[in-house]
Amino acid sequence: MAGLTGRMSTVVKAKVSKLLDRAEDPAETLDYSYQKQVESLQNVKKGIADVVTAKKRLQMQETSLQQAVVKLDTQARQALSAGQEDLARQALERKNVAQTELQGLDTQVTELEAQQEKLSDSEQKLRAKIEAFRTKKEVIKAQYSAAEAQVRISEAATGVGEQMADVGLAMQRAVDKTENMRARADAVSELESAGTFDDLTALGSGEDDIDRQLKSLSSQSEVDDELAKLKGEIGVGGGGEQAQIGAQSGARGAGSAGEGEPASEASAGEAQKAPANGSES
Amino acid sequence: MIVRISGEDQYRLSDADSARVNELEQPVVASVEACDEADFRATYAELLDYVRANGERVGDDEIESSDVILPPDDITVAEAAGEFTGEGLIPD
Repeated sequence: MAGLTGRMSTVVKAKVSKLLDRAEDPAETLDYSYQKQVESLQNVKKGIADVVTAKKRLQMQETSLQQAVVKLDTQARQALSAGQEDLARQALERKNVAQTELQGLDTQVTELEAQQEKLSDSEQKLRAKIEAFRTKKEVIKAQYSAAEAQVRISEAATGVGEQMADVGLAMQRAVDKTENMRARADAVSELESAGTFDDLTALGSGEDDIDRQLKSLSSQSEVDDELAKLKGEIGVGGGGEQAQIGAQSGARGAGSAGEGEPASEASAGEAQKAPANGSES
Repeated sequence: MIVRISGEDQYRLSDADSARVNELEQPVVASVEACDEADFRATYAELLDYVRANGERVGDDEIESSDVILPPDDITVAEAAGEFTGEGLIPD
């Protein structure tokens, strides 16, 4: 078994023997090894706590994303009722992204749960081995001569050392996975905090980077379908013709207000500048 | 022979079973060389399942070192390739 398994076995063995080379005296080796084992067990506990924290964080994010979905859905309805189809579309696009992220979070939480379980299992195994080592340590101390003890100790310590190395590897993998998830969770938070509309009127016709990003992220056909569905719902609720007329006039109104305001501001600015320039020249 | 599945347990395998594990490793190695993730998943799972099913689990209170350590079951083909050539799962 040279390929896949060979290297891993060799490296773990090298690590363990390095650990054992530290002390020459059998009794010292035993105590040193035992001390290392207990430290390693404490590290595993800390690793499990980290995974639990990461999981809680993701679950909190799930809750806030769920709230965002509800909020965006309401906002889409409100926007459509007010005849602002563009705004409704933006809200639905964001809802679509939020829903996709929610599904991703679900998978991640499940994965972290599996990690947590695996690590707890590893911790129990290591604890059992350390306990066995502790017993054996006393037997070796009491029953064997120095030369024999050296052999017995290295046998026992190698076995426990291997378990320690294995738990260490499992932990490292769990930490790596948690780190990846954390980075992704941070990205979601950013999108989410920028993505829900606190004030409907704050979003005019201007598209920011996030909007463009969202548009490319969200599935346009799904958004179109949902928009059509919403239109149907609202149309049925408020009387088809009336709603349509309302929508058209609303859109026109929003459009003229959006274009009109910056224009008047600009002209006001020019008007202010003009006399200043005039007095200077 | 004692085989450890990293992140799981240690198993005692008879000589016949060890030979079978050696055979099962061939397609795993081939899939890693071909960088075929799907094939790797399938062949490596088969190898691990064979060890789990045919080996006798070493008790938690027994202190034994393994003759062979198998990488964890969630290893990717890229990580497995690193086991051959690069740093591997555990850096030196």
